[in-house]
Amino acid sequence: MDEKLPGYRGEALRILKEAYVEVGDLIRIEKAGVTYEGILMPRSELGDERHITIKIRSGYNIGVRITSDMRVEKKASIAKPSFIPPPPPKQKPGMPRVTIISTGGTIASRVDYRTGAVRPAISASDLYSIVPELSDIAAIDTEVLFSMFSEDLTPKHWSQIAMKVAEHIKRGAQGVVITHGTDTMGYTAAALSFAIQKLPVPVVLVGAQRSEDRPSSDAAENLIGAVLCAARAPFAEVVVAMHQTISDEAIAIHRGTKVRKLHTSRRDAFKSVNSSLLARVYNGEIIMLTDEYNGRRDDAEFILKPDFEEKVALIKFYPGMNPDIIDWHVQNGYKGIILEGTGLGHVGRRCFPSIRKAIESGVIVAMTSQCIWGRVNMNVYTNGRDLLSLGVIPLGDMLAETALVKLMWILGQTDDPEEARSLLMRNIAHEFSSRSVEPIEPPESIKA
Amino acid sequence: MADINYDDLGLKVGLECHQQLDTKEKLFCSCKPELSREKPRFFFLRRLRPTQSEMGQVDPAAYFEFQKGVKILYEADPETSCLVEMDEEPPHELNREALEIALTVALMMNAKPVDEVHVMRKVVIDGSNTTGFQRTCVIALNGEIQVDRKKIPIEHISLEEDAARKTGGEGLIVRYRIDRLCIPLIEVTTGPVIHSPEEAEKVALAIGRILRATGRVKRGIGTIRQDLNISIREGALIEVKGVQELELISKVVELEVKRQLALLKIRDELKRRGVTEEQIKDKIKDVTSVFKGTKCRILRRAIEKGRSIMAIRLPGFSGLLGTELIPGVRLGTEMADRARFWGRVGGILHSDEFQSYGISMDEVEELRRILNAGDEDAIVIVADEKENCIDALRAVAERAKEAIRGVPEETRAANPDGTTRYMRPRPGAARMYPETDVPPIPISNEYLERLRMNLPEMPERKVERLIREYGINEKLARQLQDSEYGDLFEMIVKETGVPSTFVAATLTETLKSLKREGFGIERLSREQIIEAFRLVGSGRTSKEALPEIFKWLSSHEGADPEEAVKTLGLAMLSKHELQRIIQELIDQNRRLISERGERAFGPLMGMIMKKYRGRVDARMVSALIKEEISRYRGGAN
Repeated sequence: MDEKLPGYRGEALRILKEAYVEVGDLIRIEKAGVTYEGILMPRSELGDERHITIKIRSGYNIGVRITSDMRVEKKASIAKPSFIPPPPPKQKPGMPRVTIISTGGTIASRVDYRTGAVRPAISASDLYSIVPELSDIAAIDTEVLFSMFSEDLTPKHWSQIAMKVAEHIKRGAQGVVITHGTDTMGYTAAALSFAIQKLPVPVVLVGAQRSEDRPSSDAAENLIGAVLCAARAPFAEVVVAMHQTISDEAIAIHRGTKVRKLHTSRRDAFKSVNSSLLARVYNGEIIMLTDEYNGRRDDAEFILKPDFEEKVALIKFYPGMNPDIIDWHVQNGYKGIILEGTGLGHVGRRCFPSIRKAIESGVIVAMTSQCIWGRVNMNVYTNGRDLLSLGVIPLGDMLAETALVKLMWILGQTDDPEEARSLLMRNIAHEFSSRSVEPIEPPESIKA
Repeated sequence: MADINYDDLGLKVGLECHQQLDTKEKLFCSCKPELSREKPRFFFLRRLRPTQSEMGQVDPAAYFEFQKGVKILYEADPETSCLVEMDEEPPHELNREALEIALTVALMMNAKPVDEVHVMRKVVIDGSNTTGFQRTCVIALNGEIQVDRKKIPIEHISLEEDAARKTGGEGLIVRYRIDRLCIPLIEVTTGPVIHSPEEAEKVALAIGRILRATGRVKRGIGTIRQDLNISIREGALIEVKGVQELELISKVVELEVKRQLALLKIRDELKRRGVTEEQIKDKIKDVTSVFKGTKCRILRRAIEKGRSIMAIRLPGFSGLLGTELIPGVRLGTEMADRARFWGRVGGILHSDEFQSYGISMDEVEELRRILNAGDEDAIVIVADEKENCIDALRAVAERAKEAIRGVPEETRAANPDGTTRYMRPRPGAARMYPETDVPPIPISNEYLERLRMNLPEMPERKVERLIREYGINEKLARQLQDSEYGDLFEMIVKETGVPSTFVAATLTETLKSLKREGFGIERLSREQIIEAFRLVGSGRTSKEALPEIFKWLSSHEGADPEEAVKTLGLAMLSKHELQRIIQELIDQNRRLISERGERAFGPLMGMIMKKYRGRVDARMVSALIKEEISRYRGGAN
């Protein structure tokens, strides 16, 4: 891609190059007796090769089609549009120290006017200067770790995040906020819950469903809620802070091992599954919604175990599923398989021989449910009982994604199958709850 | 005021006509593009945070509102809105039906469609768009229409989403109903080439005719809205938003010119008095103690509520705040508008009207002493929370400074009487950035060629054809063109056989005069109107009965016109019934007939028509009366 003509390809790129123009120039285009004048804009990633995008005087962009009789000419150079963050607000004395680590995602993305795409571009310090209210809550350190869409993150990145968090806690941060793309934020939250144990301070993951460059973005409210928790919450756990409803009112604080993205686009996409919220931020206050949490401590001691084994798979069973899929994983050296079974924790009998072979060759196979809500119980039906006798480990009310992350983490710590099995069934980071209760939460919808 | 010579004043007016399109779906989702008749079913609360434009600027008015903590309460229901309007789901693709209508209009106005349509986001953060921006795209450029042999350039034809409807607000909460949000609108923007109020109205009418000629735009109040950009030499460019009635356009222009002239006069007077901007200070004093025992009801109530009363001195402004700019609008009114916008206060009191509010001479004396104000100075006071008072009076001081400079550039909203009120400062130019969620749409030459081959009839052509084909006069043909129901004309004539001139007059003059009399004609559906004509055509009722039927239908929404005929007793009398009635009449009027003979026809005809108008056909009555008279006279002889 041409740096001065981002997004342009083929014929359009050739014509623009020959005219010695670059994005940001005021240009004149003449073709078939019609004249267009405007600022040459970047070509969007979605656009074709046959048009040139210009911004006309009224501010509108239009596309001008390439023709053989077309003439392009530069009229003037114009100051390039660029995002200039306002200066960060002055630090107020006596505030708790909070670190914001930025990893990318919608919360840190805005339209790039050179490429026309939304992309991760804002650093943690930009966020801080755009949301100056943060200076009333905490003294903030910022660090950019990655600028990535969350679907591009791997367990290696979880390790790096965990080590970075540990570093900041050691340096005296009283809370850590991680800005993250929402698509896989639940996985990272679970990963950190296992990788850093006996935390002394809160670690809050936060994202946004609408990019920060929009007036209606949920980024600022989520970030304020997250920083408030990092600075003042009584708990010291890994949590996710996102809108509780579609209103800009309450920020829900979810436990890192019990949270799942359950909607593609809504602000309240994240829900705590099989668990009540840990807390809620409302009107600048943190309201705890349970007594059972790990409390904040003054020391900076904790246990860091940042390694993950990537040869673990999450396999969703579906009617007619070919057991070759399980065999393939075993043959390719996978050490663990989390099954997302139907209902109370079942797969078709056709898969049984493959599961038996897997377990016999030392692969850990455990069961979660694709129902999302509820716990598996493999004693109710014959299929469940038979799977248990094959050695499949039932994982109670643990989320399938959390189970995958947990098994990756376990196999990153030990090669001993017995130890792995016992760790998998032990409640390490509130990933299991022993009781299924009807959550009692205050009504959420707004009345006129 | 004497006649104004607009040419001498350098009047320039540009129009932006917004018209809702009659599409099946909204612009970026599949919701019905209709206003809800039901109460809202759910609500959500949002804040809109001003963001930097792509040029790195923040709109100061927007930022101010945000800092004050303004929240927006959206009202919604699942029938007319989905997650897209709620900004909970990205927009779907641009509605191709709307695009086609806009391109059709563009071709009718000889504009050049763009090769590729790019949807943009125009930042609007008053809450009227849940996203904080309006999605809009330019469809065509550089068109031209003819109005009275003058060429009016059409700069842009754009397609955009309509905004949510404001339904109220209290304190820091503004309410909007989102049913209207995302209804497709076409925007036609003329060059600033209009030089008189009347011309502005004519151009708007001509644009409206072309839009309606497509047969694919919505009709009725609220579906068309005009924004006017008005300036005079030495004045300022004022954008007046939301003129809904065509007839109001010339008045709005006229009043805006007057307002600007009056403001320029004030500017000259201030100059004469030697008042400068530097003399206007932000010195705001708390004067609550002055009014401890006041007889002024507004202030007394404010004190009872524990509010502060604060004041500012405007040096050299004595007598100017009460000067009327246009009927009902004074410089003081303009300051009050600003105070309301920036300070969220109810209004202001100023020294030119202290007496009428019951403020005593002693209180005025005391105010003048505290503020160190002389007789040549004006004083403005505000009663509210302290912080609001300060914001309000700062805005008043700012407006006073602008008065020294002349006419401030601003966006104003039209009132129903043609006057305007302050809405907000004019937004900066750089508030447009690309809507990255909607891919650009190429417009092929083949597609345009197809549209060009099938363009609707242009309004002038249609008038000529209606005169030629239906034998109606030019006046009626033109009235049909501008009538909301004009498009029904040809169909009704063809389908019902009712005489064309009668159909045309009914659809235009009759319906208009019923509306003027206060009948809710807009509640009549097009099907009801057509059906009523069918009843006339088939002889079930008479032409004369139509107004009564329409009146009845206007208060019986959705009813069958047949029912109106029955309920009102407007069914035609049969020939047999009529004969019997006429015979009775003749029996009762034997003397009249013996005295006047043939000349008794007039009075008898009058009597029948008076009693049975709407239920009889006049020609048949006349024939029967003549027949019966001659039979009676023959028999009597």
